[in-house]
Amino acid sequence: MELTLHVWRQKNGQDSGKMVTYKARDVSPESSFLEMLDQVNEELIGKNDEPIAFDHDCREGICGSCSMMINGKAHGGRKGTTTCQLHMRSFKDGEQIYIEPWRARAFPVVKDLVVDRGAFDRIISKGGFVSVATGGVPDANAIPISKEAADLAMDTAECIACGACVAACKNASAMLFVSAKVSHLANLPQGQPERLQRATHMVEQMDKEGFGNCTNYFECEAACPKQISVRSIAVMNRDFLKASLLHQEPVGKA
Amino acid sequence: MKLDAKIPAGPLAEKWEKHLFESKLVSPANRRKFKVIVVGSGLGGSSAAATLGELGYKVSCFCFQDSPRRAHSIAAQGGINGAKNYKNDGDSVRRLFYDTIKGGDFRSREANVYRLADKSRSIIDQCVAQGVPFAREYGGLLDNRSFGGAQVSRTFYARGQTGQQLLLGAYSALERQIGLGHVEMHPRTEMLDLVIIDGKARGIVVRNLITGHVTTHMAEAVVLATGGYGNVFYLSTNAKGCNVTATHRAYKRGAGFANPCYTQIHPTCIPVHGEHQSKLTLMSESLRNDGRVWVPKAKGDTRSADKIPEEERDYFLERKYPSFGNLSPRDIASRAAKEACDAGLGVGPGGLGVYLDFRDAIQREGEDVIRERYGNLFEMYQRITDENPYKGPMRIYPAVHYTMGGLWVDYNLMSNIEGLFVVGEANFSDHGANRLGASALMQGLADGYFVLPSTISDYFAKNKFDKVDTSHAEVKKVENEVNELTKRLLSINGTRTVDSIHRELGKLMWDNCGMARSRESLTEALRKIPEIRNQFWTNVKVTGTGEELNQVLEKAGRVADFIEHAELMCLDALEREESCGGHFRVEYQEEGEAKRDDENFAHVAVWEYTGHTKKPLRHKEELVFENVKLSTRSYK
Repeated sequence: MELTLHVWRQKNGQDSGKMVTYKARDVSPESSFLEMLDQVNEELIGKNDEPIAFDHDCREGICGSCSMMINGKAHGGRKGTTTCQLHMRSFKDGEQIYIEPWRARAFPVVKDLVVDRGAFDRIISKGGFVSVATGGVPDANAIPISKEAADLAMDTAECIACGACVAACKNASAMLFVSAKVSHLANLPQGQPERLQRATHMVEQMDKEGFGNCTNYFECEAACPKQISVRSIAVMNRDFLKASLLHQEPVGKA
Repeated sequence: MKLDAKIPAGPLAEKWEKHLFESKLVSPANRRKFKVIVVGSGLGGSSAAATLGELGYKVSCFCFQDSPRRAHSIAAQGGINGAKNYKNDGDSVRRLFYDTIKGGDFRSREANVYRLADKSRSIIDQCVAQGVPFAREYGGLLDNRSFGGAQVSRTFYARGQTGQQLLLGAYSALERQIGLGHVEMHPRTEMLDLVIIDGKARGIVVRNLITGHVTTHMAEAVVLATGGYGNVFYLSTNAKGCNVTATHRAYKRGAGFANPCYTQIHPTCIPVHGEHQSKLTLMSESLRNDGRVWVPKAKGDTRSADKIPEEERDYFLERKYPSFGNLSPRDIASRAAKEACDAGLGVGPGGLGVYLDFRDAIQREGEDVIRERYGNLFEMYQRITDENPYKGPMRIYPAVHYTMGGLWVDYNLMSNIEGLFVVGEANFSDHGANRLGASALMQGLADGYFVLPSTISDYFAKNKFDKVDTSHAEVKKVENEVNELTKRLLSINGTRTVDSIHRELGKLMWDNCGMARSRESLTEALRKIPEIRNQFWTNVKVTGTGEELNQVLEKAGRVADFIEHAELMCLDALEREESCGGHFRVEYQEEGEAKRDDENFAHVAVWEYTGHTKKPLRHKEELVFENVKLSTRSYK
């Protein structure tokens, strides 16, 4: 296959960046999208040009590193598929392909297609956990959990934090990401003691990071390579609302 | 090189408890005076950093990825072993211990393996308490599946993403400590060297991958949790970033490297599709619970799988190993697949593949049950190959997956350099010459949650630490060496890309030091590796500068280390004149099975660096077996 690529090149966070056109020649339809970019990069290095920087690691759809808009769609828009698992057989010979980084204020561009998603880690650090230290926990079978609840928890625990939900959203909202964690732990007995404060603290940090709000277009769900449902956003909203309603000033002792 | 494994005396089952009691402690108020550096944030690194933070130590954690959650532990699919005996099928700590020792072909330490089997139970408890959504039965209790090399069901799992869920559990504990200010996290930062002052590991030199700044971080102890070196082979199931740099550079600073030739070739990976392939994808071993492995009986049979009648199929694992069948250990299943393909019976392009067939399971259990068990794996297979595994068999072929070798550590997980601890795949300690499935996750978490946090306190309590900072002459010296190396890489400006040299190295290693090794093949590799090294240092091309995000430069540094490490692997493989586990020397076999030489090789080979291009020294740690009888490993 032969393809024409239009790729976002930006030297660093200060540079303004621009689209640059490259030819990708002799591409096998069996190659993955990233292998196609590897090939282009090899050629660029051969010509003493700087290769295109992009994040990638496991290349099997689970680490969540790869992050690019392909023809305006996060991860290329193929259902349930990350960029690294997208294969060139999904494209036509001679096609023009536009490749850009995630675009969101909370994900500043580092270089070319690489962005900084540290905001996601900071949100998790505010409440995306169960506060148990190592040791002193009950036997694993001490608390039965219905299969249904475990499966529901797993459905959203599968989130890989790639950021496609943010990139796909016109408001650059991180609500699908945050709610996936809230919903995962809300479905389990272990998540109950901190349930309401978890939603509150994570949402607070999400707002601080500069992510937008949800206006129910559900682009996030369509873009999510793990097909996480927007119903988790409803769970988070309920927990957040309940936390605000139940919020009481601590009375304490006189 | 002094190698004292420090295995406590006493009965096997009491060693660890006794050791804990005899260890010295650091009181809670004093812990904040000790700083620990943790390099790597996979299962071993995250769990260690989180637990040390919880205990009150000052922790700095480093990873090259943009977030600690992306370490390659995340890709483990099938499960984690835990000797809970929830299935009442005769499992026990002792049985998991025995299975692991036997699976490792009697080349691991009894005391370490027993402790691992014992801790396996606490790990499951810990993960459930963190909210890891393990698979459950309808009654609400945890479900188990079977894995290779075991006749009990002791593997806990979370769909086909167990590694992901366990890592996210450890990552959430780590993030909690980061939020509380107990752990300082340094993502996109790569360790490039180790600083040793007065014989103790006291710091690391790192490069900030965004700015290129090279700095040194000091501490009272350094923990390496940097994974394995499977990417020496270029094509492997490891993530692209996995590398040997941290452990190799520690080796060059004096840490012993143990059993580098022990590499695991996983039997069930998706076959190679072409020359631009960048990595291989594993299909979980759990698939062998229900999938049957076969090849056509006749050579050159080009009929599609569904046209080949039952009596013309060779279910070779079931035929050769009737008691374990398709769940034979990885080294054995891989070798059997290779033999079938070498005999011209392979299927698919190039004849490099065997079938993994679910037809019978789908007929027996129904497609829905199979989808429930393996749905995401089937989808992944279909996405990559464009073939539907519900309709026809998968094609699989072995691929490099895990490395059992690693830095030598004693019972306390400390290397021969004081204060340098090594956990998880980066050390050599628990899997002998072959690792059983669902045991890597177990080891990473046992080391990080339960073993290291206890042994490190003993080290702190028993040692005095001089105040040192980054103005120390040794720090400047090591920093200079790191900067010089970067400059050198950038100045070669040759004609070959880093990847092209890495591919060449990988192919040489796969052909000569892969599933089958011989004196000739290894000698040949040892002759050619210096040529590749020379190619690299005279003709590689590294674009860009050192003062920015430069992925070519990162890769170049890693490949330079892979080339040196490859030499060490071949040397170790050449000098281990026996076959054991994943190390199969064609000269040493009996009816096609690995033939061990317990008289001469029941030891750990530990290599000491003696200088650039000089032959390293081989030391031995004799393995003492007091509780198991060394026997021929049989799965027949």
